[in-house]
Amino acid sequence: MAERAFKVSHLAGAASAALLLALSFGTLGAVVWRAEAGQALGPADWAAIRFTLLQASLSAALSVALAVPVARALARRNFPGRALLLTLLGAPFILPVIVAVLGLLAVFGRSGVLAIALGWLGLPPVQIYGLHGVVLGHVFFNLPLATRLILQAWLEIPAERFRLAASLGAGPGDIQRLLEWPMLRAVVPGAFLVIFLISMTSFAVALTLGGGPRGTTVELAIYQAFRFDFDLGHAALLAVVQFTLAGAAALVAFWVAVPGAIGAGLDRRVERWDSRTGALRAQDLAVLVAVTLFLALPLVMIAWRGAAGFVALPLGVYEAALRSVGVALVSAAICLVMSLSMALMIAQLRGRGAGRVIEGLGYVTIAASPLVIGTGLFIVIFPLADPVALALPITALVNAATSLPFALRVLVPAVQQVEAAHGRLADVLGMTGWARLRLFLIPRLRRPIGFSAGLAAALSMGDLGVIALFADPGSATLPLALYRLMAAYRMDQAAGAALLLLGLSLMLFWLFDRGGRIDADA
Amino acid sequence: MKYLTLAAGLLMAGGAMADTPVLTVYTYDSFVSEWGPGPAVEKAFEATCDCDLQFVGTGDGAALLARLKLEGARTKADVVLGLDTNLTADAAATGLFAPHGQAPKFDLPVAWNDPLFLPYDWGYFAFVYDKTKMKTVPGSLAELAASDAKIVIEDPRSSTPGLGLLMWVKMVKGDGAKALWTDLADNIVTVTKGWSEAYGMFLGGEADMVLSYTTSPAYHLIAEKDDSKAAAAFSDGHYMQIEVAGKIASSKHPELADKFLSFMESDAFQSIIPTTNWMYPAITPAGGLPKGFETLITPAKSLILPADEAAKLRDPALAEWLSALSK
Repeated sequence: MAERAFKVSHLAGAASAALLLALSFGTLGAVVWRAEAGQALGPADWAAIRFTLLQASLSAALSVALAVPVARALARRNFPGRALLLTLLGAPFILPVIVAVLGLLAVFGRSGVLAIALGWLGLPPVQIYGLHGVVLGHVFFNLPLATRLILQAWLEIPAERFRLAASLGAGPGDIQRLLEWPMLRAVVPGAFLVIFLISMTSFAVALTLGGGPRGTTVELAIYQAFRFDFDLGHAALLAVVQFTLAGAAALVAFWVAVPGAIGAGLDRRVERWDSRTGALRAQDLAVLVAVTLFLALPLVMIAWRGAAGFVALPLGVYEAALRSVGVALVSAAICLVMSLSMALMIAQLRGRGAGRVIEGLGYVTIAASPLVIGTGLFIVIFPLADPVALALPITALVNAATSLPFALRVLVPAVQQVEAAHGRLADVLGMTGWARLRLFLIPRLRRPIGFSAGLAAALSMGDLGVIALFADPGSATLPLALYRLMAAYRMDQAAGAALLLLGLSLMLFWLFDRGGRIDADA
Repeated sequence: MKYLTLAAGLLMAGGAMADTPVLTVYTYDSFVSEWGPGPAVEKAFEATCDCDLQFVGTGDGAALLARLKLEGARTKADVVLGLDTNLTADAAATGLFAPHGQAPKFDLPVAWNDPLFLPYDWGYFAFVYDKTKMKTVPGSLAELAASDAKIVIEDPRSSTPGLGLLMWVKMVKGDGAKALWTDLADNIVTVTKGWSEAYGMFLGGEADMVLSYTTSPAYHLIAEKDDSKAAAAFSDGHYMQIEVAGKIASSKHPELADKFLSFMESDAFQSIIPTTNWMYPAITPAGGLPKGFETLITPAKSLILPADEAAKLRDPALAEWLSALSK
């Protein structure tokens, strides 16, 4: 099958992987190179490592456990507003941390909506601060992502399987065992890993909702080593610890995951005959209502608090917003080119060690400390050029690398499935290179491509990223402008800026995601 | 493509201005923001200096120092503005700073004679509360710890006010600092990464009091016409934050840097500070302080540790704080 390897050139995929390596391990190397010998790991570091592992495992487990019923309900129900709900539910994931925390506290905090409601019933308010608060915060952020990842896999079960199941008289239990369980076995470990890694590098959420220094994560220890002690060696050591934890988690996830063997279908619309009973309808309705309330209430509070400040936003905030949209579009384009080329390469190297390694590389940017990336880039760029003048392009590039793992998560299985299902036909027709990409792959991948681009653009909008390390007065992005408003006591205007940010991120996500789904069913 | 055009534009702009000297001032992010002192200071200084003043903002004071250490002797900075007395010992040890050689008469509650750094503003740390919601206000650190008031504080590892409180408690309580933190633990709702998070949580009703500055109520009074916020006066005295600037020894424009530092102590700069940085100016301008500042509390005692002592106490004080609050 030598000719199959040349269907689409590996050059772009290899270049993307190399760029990722440079951004994650290369920046770490730069920090190590610049550092003097740092302190070894102390008891405080070990405490941070234990807490990080504990909260990240719990956060990932709970997010995925809750995402399964939500994804199932979304997969087997079609109702007006489903697309809108899907878009809205993605919002927490793309919010800047500070906004999301204040939104969560407006619901679950000491004087939040929940405390007021409990007060009416004569009950004491819930105490949000502690490990459970950290997990709650991370589930709020990541449940939407877990749901989307699992839902994607659900929708990829070919319609023919459900037809066959229905004609054989299979009930919901049989469908679960024969169709859904194998699919979950393939997709859940990957989703768990992604959320584990995101929660692992959390800092502000863990500290604030953890109620103080008990909530110290490795990322906070890195921050302390860098900023408080200026011990670059120690910061680098902790970054290595973070990569090691991530690597161990990835090994476990790959070991547990069993690749789906569900086979191909004819791309027909999925009809579900198995879930028409009243009990299942009620169950799905309850799940959807509960999750919508949990995710939407904090968003409603953010919008509510932002409405007043929104009308009085200074011009500078709109300029920053425009800049952010530009960065987001560039970032989405870079992310798409990188992730698609890597996904093609991974699909073609399927089953071989190299493919696994490239796929693993796709995850490393989640485990990389943003502070280490920023500092490493600074060390590399500073002798060559003015980092401040390059602030926006660097931000776009780093944001693209940050959202790449999520895009990869969606694109790799999709490319594999398309190749497995229709690859031979394309081979027979002699489609290679650009023609294969343009005529065969991209049309079949519209949905995951739209979703990935939307996610990348929205993530880039909301992420403060490395701009805080490089910014000059004239190049603020919207998240930075929001932080600056807060630092200048202007909390109402900051809330208005948060609303603007939320609106723009969702709009970008919706446009791309919608673009991907035009002409597509479901 | 957009960035290529942008880069080309920047290069051309750089070429056109090559004959005007550029003074580069590194400072913290909130100083350069549209809502901070930066824009007004830039305009006022450029009107007198026939130069181009460029601010570069980075994080907060501690991030600023870290940035400077990363750049080392190759730094492009001519002046660094925004360090405080908890950082000056460390900053002086880098050997990057040159003596300022100036001796203005400061309106500071304490004497100032640092040869490397000149203050431009100062303030007192304090717990700010809402007068309409809080009836009994604690009058000292010990009273606060004994009360059931809920407070939000900043983490000393990631925030300047957080470090200020650490020093405040250490200076007042000495060896009893750890015991006080243990008593305070049940008052602390949570610890945040930075001031903005803490202040936002306080305004959102998450806590009765927040660690901020005695000058914070002036913002609400002057900018929002809201007189409901006040700072609690503690009989222990209040720890001070003095914000300073220094000249980089390797600066290519040493005269211009000197000119900026003396401009920094002039009325033109000092009168911008109170209502943009919401701190006290280091030298009260001829026009006095803005109306509203007279309503602020004046602490009975002004506390501040000498720079070298602050540097020495920092790590043991942090260890006490961590062990008292990690339980």
